[in-house]
Amino acid sequence: MAKLNVNGRIMDIQVEADTPLLWVLREQLGLTGTKYGCGVAQCGSCTVHVDGAAVRACAMPVSAFNEGQKIVTIEGLSPDSSHPIQQAWLALEVPQCGFCQPGMIMAASALLAANPKPTEAQIREEMTNICRCGTYNRVLAGIQRAAGIGTSG
Amino acid sequence: MNAITHPSRRGLLATVSSALGAFTFGFHAPLVKSAAAQGSNAVPEINVWVVVRPDDTVVIRIARSEMGQGTLTGLAQLVAEELECDWSKVTTEYPTPGQNLARNRAWGNMSTGGSRGIRDSHDYVRKGGAAARIMLVQAAANGWGVAASECSAANSIITHGPSGRSTSFGKVAEAATRLTPPADIPLKDPKNWKLVGKSIPRLDTAQKLNGSQIYGMDLRLPGMLNAAIHACPVFGGKIGAIDSKAAEAMPGVKHVLRVSDNAVAVVADTWWRAKTALDAVKITWAEGANANASSAAFAEVMKAGLDAPEAAIGNRNGDARAALAGAAKRVEAVYGYPHQNHACMETMNATALWTPERCEVWTPTQNGEAALAATAEAAGLPPARCEVHKIHLGGGFGRRGAVHDWVRQAVAIAKQIPGTPIKMIWSREEDMLQGRFHPVTMCKLQGGLDAQGNLTGLHMRISGQSIVAGIFPQNIRDGRDPVAFQGLNASGGEADIGYSIPNLLIDHAMRNPHVPPGFWRGVNLNQNAIYLECFMDELAHAAGKDPLAFRRALMGNHPRHLAVLNAVAEKVSWGSPTAPVNGQAVFRGLAQTHGFGSYVAACAEVSVSDKGELKVHRIVAATDCGHAVNPQQIAMQVEGSFVYGLSAALHSECTVKNGRIEQENFDTYQVLRMDEMPKVETIILQSGGFWGGVGEPTIAVAAPAVLNAIFAATGKRVRHLPLKHADLRRA
Ligand code: FES
Ligand code: FES
Repeated sequence: MAKLNVNGRIMDIQVEADTPLLWVLREQLGLTGTKYGCGVAQCGSCTVHVDGAAVRACAMPVSAFNEGQKIVTIEGLSPDSSHPIQQAWLALEVPQCGFCQPGMIMAASALLAANPKPTEAQIREEMTNICRCGTYNRVLAGIQRAAGIGTSG
Repeated sequence: MNAITHPSRRGLLATVSSALGAFTFGFHAPLVKSAAAQGSNAVPEINVWVVVRPDDTVVIRIARSEMGQGTLTGLAQLVAEELECDWSKVTTEYPTPGQNLARNRAWGNMSTGGSRGIRDSHDYVRKGGAAARIMLVQAAANGWGVAASECSAANSIITHGPSGRSTSFGKVAEAATRLTPPADIPLKDPKNWKLVGKSIPRLDTAQKLNGSQIYGMDLRLPGMLNAAIHACPVFGGKIGAIDSKAAEAMPGVKHVLRVSDNAVAVVADTWWRAKTALDAVKITWAEGANANASSAAFAEVMKAGLDAPEAAIGNRNGDARAALAGAAKRVEAVYGYPHQNHACMETMNATALWTPERCEVWTPTQNGEAALAATAEAAGLPPARCEVHKIHLGGGFGRRGAVHDWVRQAVAIAKQIPGTPIKMIWSREEDMLQGRFHPVTMCKLQGGLDAQGNLTGLHMRISGQSIVAGIFPQNIRDGRDPVAFQGLNASGGEADIGYSIPNLLIDHAMRNPHVPPGFWRGVNLNQNAIYLECFMDELAHAAGKDPLAFRRALMGNHPRHLAVLNAVAEKVSWGSPTAPVNGQAVFRGLAQTHGFGSYVAACAEVSVSDKGELKVHRIVAATDCGHAVNPQQIAMQVEGSFVYGLSAALHSECTVKNGRIEQENFDTYQVLRMDEMPKVETIILQSGGFWGGVGEPTIAVAAPAVLNAIFAATGKRVRHLPLKHADLRRA
């Protein structure tokens, strides 16, 4: 039995302690916006915020968390898709299939929270999520737009 | 009907899933029935493509699958253009494959591959929109007792010119449904298009920003159980023995099952528990005849094919062998392209519910009709007693089109647990091992130049795998795979060669390994364009000519190929000096090809450091797809094509050892990430007059443009992909 603080609510979880946070979110809590892409911390599809920092939920057992830590998933990022990253994504039409995008958005929003005016090089280095549809250039432009900094063209 | 963009869908799913456990599962899946009740079924359709509700909402039916490529929005634009409806009132839905079957294929082909969503259906979907408009106008005219010819429609409003009276589509829709469809359906002159050709925002973005888009993997049905599966990693192998004692005792586990004779599944309350227990099942495989197969051994088979006397001819004119024998200078090179996995971000999955009377499947598929056929076969039921609900795809790239192996598995599991919906998800490892792979080939090219450096003869011998032989063997005639020559076909047809070469022979010695092939985004255009376009560069170099000038001299009779090549050359000011980036000199490379109905070209600008590190800085790409329905979406497909194409060129390969694929996840199957992504500038030539596809062709020019730029930078020809194996330090 674990207690987690997810999107501002305390949740009781009955699950084996070594279950990855990703699968607790998806299967115990029904928060399927967080995606499974690789299960080995390679792709970033499962990115959530833990106390504001980006965490790959597939590689972390639920036992590593306690109710004092604030876990935020894509469903809890904003009540109405009004986060600057979501707004920039809408304006630039970033998603294609969209499967990687919850992870992209959570990684990008954590990046801006830690570094509100990142350089292009910093964005390229920090954003290691995989997108097979190939949205990288729009992800880059979206982060720059949300940060209020000009694109490199 | 499956509502695809209905805003209340998420709420509905939440309600259904919260009832999980307390719900007695009925024969029909309540999820989809309920969605349909909120969709258009309650309102009669005007025709198969268009439903107008009393509140003026327009439901446009989309037969092809949306997997990120934007076809949903593009097809809706085509219908709405002719319908003259208010775009802000448009919503979309998928007819199901079962409905298509029951209605004599009223929606035509549902296959969504070969970049054919728009290029193969633009005519009949526009006619669907136009016919609905004609009927709505007629219904309004009937109501007013005036001639339809005195009325016109725009923005969902019908106006009677002489009297100025007007009404809305929603008010006359019911009457329109009772009219006889028109026999004569004229379409608009393209110059009068208002929606087509415009970068209208796509219809499916909002739900991809907040986690509410439901993919196959996210489905929840009341009473559902979850399955994890592992099939014999050696293709053609079978189950030998299973020891499932430990697994059966693990939490949540309900069943350990054999699936056909080659796979083991664990069914549990959650997928994670199923997967954990599956890892605890001890399986001994009867690996069979392929147990020792390897990529290295198969390379020898392909090498032998490069010089084999027998080969199927794809394109021939003049006498290439004689021209080569008499050439002043001969150039020869051998290229190779590896197996690759599609690696869709969403792994293969399907949810199946089987009873002795009926079988239903929910799955992300590029071809609903093929999924239905696979369902019926695996279920042992006639197709009329089966149904497939198409769920949004987390990528397709060809993996989810021609072969529905995962659907068969899900049905085979569900059949062993009648009445319980089973959601089967492949782990990434399973997805990597059980791919339907990009075919492996080699190509030997021999070119002859005269004393002036003109190309007098070319022989291209392709040796290796045929996709068609693996998937549609009935389409192989006299050992010839017609798709093998994509991009190399004789002039005047689809995917034709863009050069006039006086003596030409292109042939294919088919050599098939045990690894199952698939249609991989770009299909055979990928490697064929690499072979031809890199060798063109080699020939230009041997002739002492500029690669652009050398190509242009052979392209006089290929104006569309030439136009895209010229467009990129102009944009980069080909021949002008490049500006160094971070102190590194920048070099350019070109490529062009034709496929999926479109003409594409690219120029890559790269630098290579002293240590041999490659950086692709910028790509300029041109596409001529005739009519450009939504330029913004085309630009996104072009950008995405470079990610897919550069992943393939730089990093990705699947190798076989001991009969099985060695790469099991993204740590060893590497793909492009943002740090390596070049800037992409897209030129769209809106030449009109034809309808080409855009999802695939550009991939084919990514690798050769970069490889040719690498040669310019280093003097090194990389002829075997992926590039990660090459030492790029200057020669
Ligand atoms: S699923 Fe967690 S990083 Fe890929
Ligand atoms: S949008 Fe499809 S994987 Fe990124």
